[in-house]
This record gives sequence, C-alpha cells and structure tokens, in this order.
Amino acid sequence: MADTILELSDVKTHFPIYKGFILRRQTGTVRAVDGVSLKIRKGEVVGLVGESGCGKSTLARTILQLVPTTAGAVILGGRNLSSLSARELAAARKDLQMVFQDPYASLNPRMTVFDTLAEPLRVHGICTATEAPGRVAGLMEKVGLAPRFMQKYPHEFSGGQRQRIAIARALALNPAVIIADEPVSALDVSIQAQILNLLAELVREMGLTLVFIAHDLSVVKHISDRVAVMYLGKIVELGDASTVIERPQHPYTRALVSAIPTPNPDIERSRRRIVLPGDPPSPIHPPAGCTFHPRCPHVQERCKLAFPPLVHHDGREVACIRVGEI
Amino acid sequence: MPLLSVKDLRTWFHTRNGTYRAVDGVSFNLEAGETLGIVGESGSGKSVTCYSIMGLVPQPPGRIESGTAVFDGVDLLRCTPKEARQIRGKRLAMIFQDPMTSLNPYLRISDQLIEPLLIHNKISRKQALTRAMEMLDAVGINDASKRIHYFPHEFSGGMRQRVMIAMALITQPELLIADEPTTALDVTVQAQILELIKRLQKEFNMAVIFITHDLGVVSGLCDRVQVMYAGRIVETADTRALFQRPRHPYTRALQQSIPSLQPKGARLFTIPGMPPDLSKPIPGCAFAPRCTFAQPKCLERDPQLSECAAGHMQACIRVQDGEI
Ligand SMILES: Nc1ncnc2c1ncn2[C@@H]1O[C@H](COP(=O)(O)OP(=O)(O)OP(=O)(O)O)[C@@H](O)[C@H]1O
Ligand SMILES: Nc1ncnc2c1ncn2[C@@H]1O[C@H](COP(=O)(O)OP(=O)(O)OP(=O)(O)O)[C@@H](O)[C@H]1O
Ligand code: SF4
Ligand SMILES: [Mg+2]
Ligand SMILES: [Mg+2]
Repeated sequence: MADTILELSDVKTHFPIYKGFILRRQTGTVRAVDGVSLKIRKGEVVGLVGESGCGKSTLARTILQLVPTTAGAVILGGRNLSSLSARELAAARKDLQMVFQDPYASLNPRMTVFDTLAEPLRVHGICTATEAPGRVAGLMEKVGLAPRFMQKYPHEFSGGQRQRIAIARALALNPAVIIADEPVSALDVSIQAQILNLLAELVREMGLTLVFIAHDLSVVKHISDRVAVMYLGKIVELGDASTVIERPQHPYTRALVSAIPTPNPDIERSRRRIVLPGDPPSPIHPPAGCTFHPRCPHVQERCKLAFPPLVHHDGREVACIRVGEI
Repeated sequence: MPLLSVKDLRTWFHTRNGTYRAVDGVSFNLEAGETLGIVGESGSGKSVTCYSIMGLVPQPPGRIESGTAVFDGVDLLRCTPKEARQIRGKRLAMIFQDPMTSLNPYLRISDQLIEPLLIHNKISRKQALTRAMEMLDAVGINDASKRIHYFPHEFSGGMRQRVMIAMALITQPELLIADEPTTALDVTVQAQILELIKRLQKEFNMAVIFITHDLGVVSGLCDRVQVMYAGRIVETADTRALFQRPRHPYTRALQQSIPSLQPKGARLFTIPGMPPDLSKPIPGCAFAPRCTFAQPKCLERDPQLSECAAGHMQACIRVQDGEI
C-alpha cells in the first residue's frame, strides 16, 4: 500500500521471567505479543480488541518503543523505529502519541493541567511562553474541559476528567498517529460520545491516523474502519469493522460479540451468551497449535497441530482452519 | 430495616480555589442482598459518595458537612475508629476504578490477599494462602499457585482488576461497593466477573452498590438504578422502569448518547455545554443550562426528588408539573 503510514512486521515482544534475587535465573518467557503484522493507512482508524491480557497494551507500548521489540519491525513513515538513535526517536515521537489506559498513572500528580499541557509545547518549541495559556485553553476546550480548571492538579479531578486531560496532552503536538489505549472506558456515555466525535473529527479534518484499543465493541464498531481481534499475542481476525462485528467468523470473536452487554434489561436478562469453558490461557505456556483450541466449541484434533495462518474468507482475514465449515 | 441507609450526605472539598460541593444532599436506602447501580455524569460525585461511606475521603481538603450513613445500626460517619474497623474491610468492602489504589506495588499479591484474613479471621498463614489461591481461581486467574507470588506490575490491567476483586471478596462482605470494577476488562471476562458477583450475592446474600458508565452492565446486573448529576440524585427507579421510561431530561439525554443505539459513523448525540462549576451556588435545577426542556421557572425552584410512579423518583420540575 502506497499510503501506509504505520507498518508492523511480525512484531514480537516477550518478557523474561526471573526467579531468585541473588542468582537470577530466567525460568520462562511471557509471550505478550507473538507475531503481529498489520499495515495501517494514513487517516485510517483501526480498532484493537481482545481478551484482557492478550497483549494489546504491550503492542501499543511496542509501537511507541517504550518496551524493546524482541523480533520484527515497527515502521513509521518508512523508518524502522527500533533502529533509530535515542535522539531520532524523541523527534519521531512528536508524530506518534499515546493515550494511556490508566490516566492516574500517566499524569504527574505535582503538575497542574496547565503545566501538563504546556510542557510538550515548550519542549518541542511549538509556542512562546506568552502564547502558552491561549494554546492550553484551546486544547482544554477541544476535549470539553473548562479552561477555568487550568490551575488544578490531577487529584482534584474525577476519573473521566483526568482522561480528557490525557487526551488533550496527546493532541498538543498535532501528531500524525495516536495510539489510544482504552481512552473512553472510564467516561460517562455522554462524554464518551463527545470524545468519539472529537477523535472522528480529527481523523476527518486533519487526516489523523488512530489505533483505538477498547473493550466496548459497540464503540469500536462506531469509530473504526477496520478491527483487529487479538487472542494471546496474535491477531485471529482482521477486517472491516462492521463486517467483523456483525458477522464474526473466528470462534473467539463470536464469543466476544455474544458477550456485549445491551442497554436493555429485557434483552440483557434473556439472551444467550457463548460461554467459553476454562480460563484464559497463560502466555507463559501458550497451548500448542491454535492457541484458542482448549476453549473452542468447534475444536478438532487437527486444530492442535499448528497455529493457523490468517486466510482470506468472507471479506476479512481469519486464523482458524475450520473457517467456512462452522 | 435497610442494611445501609444514607441520609442527606454532603461532602465538600475546601481547596484554595474555593469550596466544591462534590456531594450535596444524597439520600438512599439499600436492602440486604440488593444490587443498586449508580450512573451519571463523570464528576457528579458517584465515587465521593462511596468514599464517604468507606471513610476514604481525604480530610482535608474534604469534609463531611452533614448526613448519616447507618450500616446495621451503626452510623459510619460518626462511629469510633474501633467500630469502623470491625465493619470496613470485613463486612463492607470496596473495589476501585483504579486497581493500584488498593494494591501495594512493592508487595507480592500473596501477602496483600491474605492480610485481611489474618487480621479479621483466626486462621493460619497456610490456610489463608490456600483460600487466596481459591479466590484467584474464582476470579479467573489461571496458574494461581505461580502467579500468587507476582508483584502487581507483572499483571495486565484487567488481571490486576481481578486480583483486587479477589482481595475484596475474600472476607465475604455483606456489602460490596464496586466503583467501575469492570471498566478495564474485556466483555468476556467482564461477563465472568459479573456472574461471579451475582453468584456470591445469592450465596451470601451480599448487597452490591455498582458504579458504572456501562448502561448495558446496569441492565443485566442491577435491581435498581440511581442517576446522579452535580452532586445529587436526579432519578431513581427499578432498572426496567428506568430504561423503559426515563423521566428526568438528564437520564433521557444519557440514554440517547449510547453509541449502539445510533447509526454507525453518524455524529453521536451529546449533551451540549459543560457540567456546572460546583464551587459556585447553583440556582434551581443544576441541569437547566444544558437542558432542552428548560424554562425560567427551572432556575427559580429548588428541585426535590418526588415520586412520579410507584417506586420511581425523579427531580425535574417540569416532570413534576406534568408538562413533559
Ligand atoms: N513488564 C512485564 N513483565 C512481565 N509480564 C508482563 C509485563 N507487562 C505485561 N506482561 C504480561 O503480558 C501479557 C499482556 O499484557 P497487556 O498489558 O499487554 O495486556 P492487555 O491486552 O493490554 O490487557 P488488558 O485488556 O487487561 O489491559 C499479560 O499476561 C501480562 O501479565
Ligand atoms: N481531593 C479532591 N479535591 C478537590 N476536589 C475533589 C477531590 N476529589 C474529588 N473532587 C471533586 O469532586 C467531584 C466529584 O468527584 P467524583 O470522583 O465523585 O466523580 P465521579 O462521579 O466518580 O466521576 P467519574 O465517573 O469520572 O469517576 C469532582 O468534581 C471532583 O473534581
Ligand atoms: S427542571 Fe427544568 S432544567 Fe431541570 S431537567 Fe427539568 S426541565 Fe430541564
Ligand atoms: Mg491493556
Ligand atoms: Mg468515579
């Protein structure tokens, strides 16, 4: 694709597990991200969903080079990020911003909203000290925060208000790509709608590219062009968001879609869910073959042999050898 | 007699920028075994209401200005520290939006899980560890015997949340206050946790206060819902009644904002304007500046909750006057 802005090529991020304090021995490996390939077009919104612990945040942190890549490459605008020097990387980060899952941990408790938002502007020489208050007020209004809160500290805000500060900070440098890790999970539906409208507007008007991690599939479907479903460090289904969420093909995606809560007590209390047997597997000892096989309602012996490659089926990519028969 | 009875709770924050009336006259009852959902605007005082009950409001800047919160005959806002210790953390447990508020980053989770058991129950360390592993299992953490020795940062966000849930439930509390405990979980694990809470609730007749933004979760879990706006309850009803026919304009607008009810890609419905400044006195209905139904009289009368149908209370003046 000519207009690819971000490319992941067989990315793996593994964490070593050590035992003992004095004689540290490596006793295992957490395969948090285990071979993810994805090409993202400029201006595209890609939703990333999957079981908790499947590696979504680790993938996001890998894209930003906040954790070392074990194998594979992250290519932003033609440049392999893992081969850049620290200085080059710092410059590249101006184009690549992240909104973290946890707004408590990502905001400095000793900095006011003004300091938090003015800092990136100052570091990158975007505006002068006299212009800063105006710029900061503009950013705050963009995310629906009244500028009169400028001198408040993070602990004086509610959870949702803090997430908006974090989003404003990511927007401060007009990045080309934003990786948003559950940016609206903590917000009430009306503010959630405001933030989703805001992100959609930035995508439409400024050509922003967005990787959107979320658990709420109705939100993902609403904002994303494509959706990638992850299970245990790998993509198991990838395609047009409506196609995948309305007609899921991978058995895991089907279970996921069937568990979406509906805001209607009558439907919600009488509907049938696909209940997955067993626990989510451990990324320390991933099951052989298709990693979903121990919980899959359609498992056969041949599923246990090798991890199925993503194949084209019914307008999307699916990693299940039984696709088409189930 | 209700298990918990909160009356006229006011919790304000006195900061150098002024006094914020975070919770300003909240009253509600909760029966044993009942599940109450609290929804509402972000910043409307849902968490502060629950922190007040749990004795977790930082004082200063916070101060409980008035009110009572009577749990099984004891006013939690006025009891002695000894009485409080016997109730909170054992008969009354809370789980949070942010798991790191209750997990100590420097301690292995094994030690954190068994601590309440060693304090409140007379059991050995070994028995406590076994119980802790069962609890981890129950919340869906596999490899419990290995992972129980992890530090919090070695878990994913959702797994930390489950560890915290295990920690809260380990003493089998009579009332569980859950502040957005499943926000960070994927829907399949969320469904498991909600099932777990429902099961424990039936088994031990545990009451639950569940704060969430997910109206789908409320639909499936809660017997009753309470909607908050600007430090007050604006509507409360049986879950089914509230979803079928929300009466207060804020609740109606909230329901309209749900993405799944709107066509894909369309601009989502949002409530215009911003939440009020809680440091300034609010004349009349706090929602009036953003309300499509507002009339001059809405700014003149102080709205009070009143019954609009059996068991259904709401605080909109125009609904009370039978106009909308
Ligand atoms: N620093 C680390 N050391 C060891 N293991 C880690 C580390 N960070 C993450 N992991 C493990 O990697 C796996 C993936 O974690 P990650 O946070 O990426 O999941 P996630 O998909 O974002 O989950 P959630 O939806 O719960 O946020 C988990 O099993 C986690 O325990
Ligand atoms: N320590 C504090 N100092 C000053 N103000 C505070 C403090 N803690 C909370 N507040 C204020 O109290 C109000 C209510 O906050 P609370 O956390 O209860 O909101 P919430 O309804 O739980 O919102 P959310 O859904 O975003 O979690 C907010 O306006 C917040 O700014
Ligand atoms: S009292 Fe008036 S302003 Fe308040 S919700 Fe009702 S109609 Fe709207
Ligand atoms: Mg995560
Ligand atoms: Mg809260």
